[in-house]
Amino acid sequence: MRQALMLGVAAAIAAAAPWPQAMAQSEDPVAADFDKFRAIMEEANPAELFEAKGEQLWKTPGGPKKQSLEKCDLGLGPGVVKGAYVQMPRYFADVDRVMDAEARIVHCMVTLQGFELDKLDDKPFSSATKTPDPVSITTYVAAQSAGMKFAPSQSHPKEKEAYEVGKEIFFYRAGAYDFACASCHGLDGGKRIRTQPLPNFAKPETAASAVMGWPGYRMTGGVMHTLQWRLNDCFRQQRFPEPDYTSEMLSNLITYLTVNAQGQVYKGPGIKR
Amino acid sequence: MADPMKIRATVQGDVADVRVLMAHPMETGQRSQGGKKVPLHFIQSITAQLNGKQVFSADISQAISRNPVFAFKVKGAKAGDKISVTWKDNKGESRTDETTVR
Repeated sequence: MRQALMLGVAAAIAAAAPWPQAMAQSEDPVAADFDKFRAIMEEANPAELFEAKGEQLWKTPGGPKKQSLEKCDLGLGPGVVKGAYVQMPRYFADVDRVMDAEARIVHCMVTLQGFELDKLDDKPFSSATKTPDPVSITTYVAAQSAGMKFAPSQSHPKEKEAYEVGKEIFFYRAGAYDFACASCHGLDGGKRIRTQPLPNFAKPETAASAVMGWPGYRMTGGVMHTLQWRLNDCFRQQRFPEPDYTSEMLSNLITYLTVNAQGQVYKGPGIKR
Repeated sequence: MADPMKIRATVQGDVADVRVLMAHPMETGQRSQGGKKVPLHFIQSITAQLNGKQVFSADISQAISRNPVFAFKVKGAKAGDKISVTWKDNKGESRTDETTVR
């Protein structure tokens, strides 16, 4: 019984895993067929719709303070969006912590536009009927880094600390199923569960699969999701308490995954099964 | 108001390949939320014009997915021509967007 339950959990995690770009020339026939399917879907990715919406939200004055986000500093100076996504997470002196893209965007919406954090993180994830604004804005920001290499900053001591803490979280086994991120995503040998391959996120060659394709349009249900959602779901599936939206803990884990993937080319917002 | 479409039209020879992404919930009327049926809400008709002249029309149903993608080819299009696409849904909402063939 216990074993059956374990398999169920593992399958659920794998089913939600990002499409592994490293498998593009897969020799596994099942994975190869899915690669073809994904390539067709990428030609017309509805993520573009959310990118357009996000651009509008970024540039249009909004919120209680009637401000646009064009003064938001994503690490490259106020208003600079191009290339910002692949250089995050990074340390921001004004908040004295490391922030990933969505955390920073939410921070800007609170400080510049006057939104209340309590309202933004009440229901932060997309559903069939609603896509929260930070999701669309993150998609827009991410798209402005398409074709660039992941190059998160690791010069500040807090950025190094974020990497180490993120690594600790990745390998931390606990919870009702004695699970860690590494239980599924720390294995070599091209393992997969059903049709979903399990890339090793701890290794530089395959780590890009963790951050590639996010934010991503999920064909199942037709919703746009970000890394904040994906990692939240990982913890839920592991039966851990769910981390707070845009918390330091998630920024740390995203730092670990992005630094492992550094040097690889980000393809922009993706599309998922 | 409905969100904008994304239209891409690229010409090769005298045939333009047009791809349209539409933002629409495409509710089937079968889905429930909070114990209540979500009412039917879907695009009923799509038309496309090349420089104002209709070249494509389609009547579709609620069987089409959310945020649908349509692709079609138009013969006799040149770079610089205008392609516009219009959809109308069962609630009477509509949206028109235009792009230039490249």
